[in-house]
Amino acid sequence: MLFSFYIPALVALAGALGAVLEHRPVRALLNLVASLLAIAVVFYGLGAPFAAALEVIVYAGAVMVLFVFVVMMLNLPHEHSGKRSWKSPIIWGFPLCLAVMLFVCLSDLLLERGHVGLLLGNGQQAPEQVGLLLFGPYILLVELAAFLLLAALIVASHIGKRSDDIAASPILREPSFINEIVSQGQSEAEEVHSAARCEMKEEASS
Amino acid sequence: MSVFSLPAVQAILPQLMSIAWGIGKALIVLFGVVICGAYMSLVERRVLGLWQDRYGPNRVGPFGLFQLVADMLKIFFKEDWIPPFADKFLFVLAPLVAMGTMILAFMVIPVTPDLGVADLNIGVLFFMAMAGLAVYAVLLGGYASGNKYALLGVARSAAQSLSYEVFLGLSMMGVVARAGSFDLRTIVLSQQGLWNIIPQFFGFIAFLIAGIAVVHRHPFDQPEAEQELADGYHIEYGGMKWGMFFVGEYVGIILISAMIVTLFFGGWLGPFSVVPPFVWFALKTGAFMLFFILIRASVPRPRYDQVMILSWQYLLPLTLVNLIITGAVLLWVGGAA
Repeated sequence: MLFSFYIPALVALAGALGAVLEHRPVRALLNLVASLLAIAVVFYGLGAPFAAALEVIVYAGAVMVLFVFVVMMLNLPHEHSGKRSWKSPIIWGFPLCLAVMLFVCLSDLLLERGHVGLLLGNGQQAPEQVGLLLFGPYILLVELAAFLLLAALIVASHIGKRSDDIAASPILREPSFINEIVSQGQSEAEEVHSAARCEMKEEASS
Repeated sequence: MSVFSLPAVQAILPQLMSIAWGIGKALIVLFGVVICGAYMSLVERRVLGLWQDRYGPNRVGPFGLFQLVADMLKIFFKEDWIPPFADKFLFVLAPLVAMGTMILAFMVIPVTPDLGVADLNIGVLFFMAMAGLAVYAVLLGGYASGNKYALLGVARSAAQSLSYEVFLGLSMMGVVARAGSFDLRTIVLSQQGLWNIIPQFFGFIAFLIAGIAVVHRHPFDQPEAEQELADGYHIEYGGMKWGMFFVGEYVGIILISAMIVTLFFGGWLGPFSVVPPFVWFALKTGAFMLFFILIRASVPRPRYDQVMILSWQYLLPLTLVNLIITGAVLLWVGGAA
């Protein structure tokens, strides 16, 4: 039981370190994926299989796929990722302060109360119990999350709308800066198109 | 006097036996799935041939049964080549992910009352986790190849997986609500008397479509569309690494067929008690595997924006409405809220 905690915990730490220190962006993200999977194993070992499954489905399966996809599409060169200056203390000083504060709090808790973490490992928390808790005492949090998601949905659908649709609808026209962004993007796209057309004509003539 | 009569050995013998039987069951399922997956390549070509009024491979052995051996020999002896412009580690990792996730997901499928590797109380979620991780095979394979066709396949695959994964999960939730558990064995047992296909018909439709998209088979094979992308994400692969993608896809078909049977067609349950449960399971799963091949033979491929519109505008609302109605009916029949 102890091994099933310490080994994935070590893997998670190594993955997190790799995500910070790795110079190639895609490899860094894959280190993060490995770290998330190891955290899922830790959850499973602590008796929370539902949390473990969600960790894999949501973080490793959905969120990180998007991250990896975007980084791939950006087609960054292998060496350059803006991480060369990580040795300067301005970069790591502030995160280190935060981490030390958290570490002090955690060690204080552990030293005063003893085995805080053991409570989780005493039994398996079935998915039913998680559901009952979420829709019982914690219903307010679920509804807040629903508000947040609805807001995100509306924003996404607004950004995704075509500009003529926005012009046709008075409600969607209101925030004018988005219109500007859209029209700017369109004019840029037209420039690229016309440039490409010119090139094609030149090639055809030559 | 043998070792087995010692008292200490006698004490742990039942445990040892159960561990050995557990490993044995896992090996039976593993080899059964991989061999069936490999043989499906032959079955697909033969059946496609028959449906299209031609013979298919029928020369090697009786009915062409040894064609697979010939193909495997060829794949094993082909040069194991990695392109010099590829990211070598990720290039090797991708086929492992493709086959590994699909085989791992088979762990939660209850084949018969006695046979099945693990009964997790998060069985359905485990399947979804593995389906989510299987996307990495396409992403990494396409990225590591360093080829623009492969990268186009990756773009399509990412867009596709974002659209189907949402309603893949939601389509199973009606079944989960009826059974009251994520455990697939409990789900099978909850279908005694009435298979889920009747009360959960819309869930079944959505799951079938999402399932085809999970294994990116025709008509949802935009990531590897031969005609446009020249095989898409695995264009640079050859030999055994390509073979792992290939067998992984067939294992995926078996997995999705087995999941459909488990979730909607009562798993090993069947009308006649004379017929052993395994036969029912195998018959139903085989029927769906043939159905996958039939779909490939008959349906044209949509564009991937059409797939996304189908997913988000039709199937997602369909599964949500299905879930709401299922919940309402359950509360109405069950009485207490």
